[in-house]
Amino acid sequence: MSKVRVATIWLDGCSGCHMSFLDMDERLIELAELIDVVYSPYVDAKEFPTNVDLTIVEGALSTDHDLKMIKKIRKNSKKILALGDCAITGNISALKNLFGTEAVLKKGYFDLVDFNESGEYPSKMVPKLLDKVIPLNEAVDIDFFVPGCPTPADAIYEVIKGILENREVDISKLTRFGK
Amino acid sequence: MIKDKVRVKTFKIDDVAVTGRSDSTILEVAKEHGIHIPTLCYLEGLSCVGACRMCIVEIKGSSKLIPSCTAKIKEDMEVITNSSRLIKHRKMILSMIFAERTHTCSVCVSNGHCELQSQATDIGLEHSLVPYIHKGFDVDASHKEYVYDPNRCILCTRCVRVCSEVEGAHALDILGRGISAKIIHDMDEPWSTSESCTSCGKCVQVCPTGALFEKGASATEMVKKKSIVTNLIQARKNK
Ligand code: SF4
Ligand code: SF4
Ligand code: SF4
Repeated sequence: MSKVRVATIWLDGCSGCHMSFLDMDERLIELAELIDVVYSPYVDAKEFPTNVDLTIVEGALSTDHDLKMIKKIRKNSKKILALGDCAITGNISALKNLFGTEAVLKKGYFDLVDFNESGEYPSKMVPKLLDKVIPLNEAVDIDFFVPGCPTPADAIYEVIKGILENREVDISKLTRFGK
Repeated sequence: MIKDKVRVKTFKIDDVAVTGRSDSTILEVAKEHGIHIPTLCYLEGLSCVGACRMCIVEIKGSSKLIPSCTAKIKEDMEVITNSSRLIKHRKMILSMIFAERTHTCSVCVSNGHCELQSQATDIGLEHSLVPYIHKGFDVDASHKEYVYDPNRCILCTRCVRVCSEVEGAHALDILGRGISAKIIHDMDEPWSTSESCTSCGKCVQVCPTGALFEKGASATEMVKKKSIVTNLIQARKNK
């Protein structure tokens, strides 16, 4: 049987959800028998591949690059799993929405610095911040939502197994917002 | 005026035959019979305002959904508390409550002890069905013991009612409408300068979310003790 092609990506999150993924410990060996990780911070693939069965996305959408990526992911993946509160609610990443992008940039690049040679916000090499940080489902359709901050390893394992075996899993028994 | 005589009425909740005093609400009779209807703004002993709409039920023969905490019982009515239609609507109600303010559970002092959070878990809501608004409000941390964070307030008015109906201070009220509505102290003054607040803390203990909390409390310590308030109400009734 050919292995299921799985990608994982880290958008605007703290990587805590990816750490939780590793926290599955020896269960990773079991999963490795069933899946091929074709793109991820764990592997060295530069381009997001085509024909992915499942993409697991950590983090909210904060920049124009995030937005471009999630659209590409949607186009290239059969299923998308939103992993963790940032991907599902915006969470910590979206706290900046209370103050607005302009205020946050000003704080970071003017108020709290001793030195800013150009007197401008950086515009080269770094992606442009969106006006508002949004969860994934406000930009594209999402197939699975697994909340938690970080999502507990047991929940990630149960959900992935459920998806591989094509069976429904009651997520509310395994995790919740903020867990 | 001659008072209406209180009689007993018989009707059905989820196909179970039940009886209740004619002046009871559907929610009260359901509770007496151990039938669970989810609630958020309701608190035993306080007046019922039907603000959150989590307790909506269906009545056979009517297409309307009605809040069971304010609806009086009727002879022979048939109440449904848990249809898929009700669950769909409750999920939408919860989504709108979550989306209106900024309930970042992971950095909330009520994380793990929040009634809004537990409702989402109970009903299986793992993402909001509507876009987040993230309206920003200033936090009032002026009081020496308590903090009010309007960003986490669900406008259930439990605090307003407990302060007025149990403490008798009526230091709290609502200012504004819709998405701009917020709880205020006196004439929208900082909590510390409120002349009517007695600092009794009842509002903090009945608040279902992290909108009102004790200063310096950690997420494991900030477990609300709403039973203190309900016991007090009961003790006064028994006098
Ligand atoms: S949900 Fe929590 S752990 Fe996961 S990326 Fe966001 S902040 Fe980090
Ligand atoms: S502390 Fe007591 S008096 Fe003050 S606002 Fe809260 S309930 Fe009212
Ligand atoms: S502060 Fe708390 S108790 Fe008062 S209305 Fe808001 S959520 Fe309800």
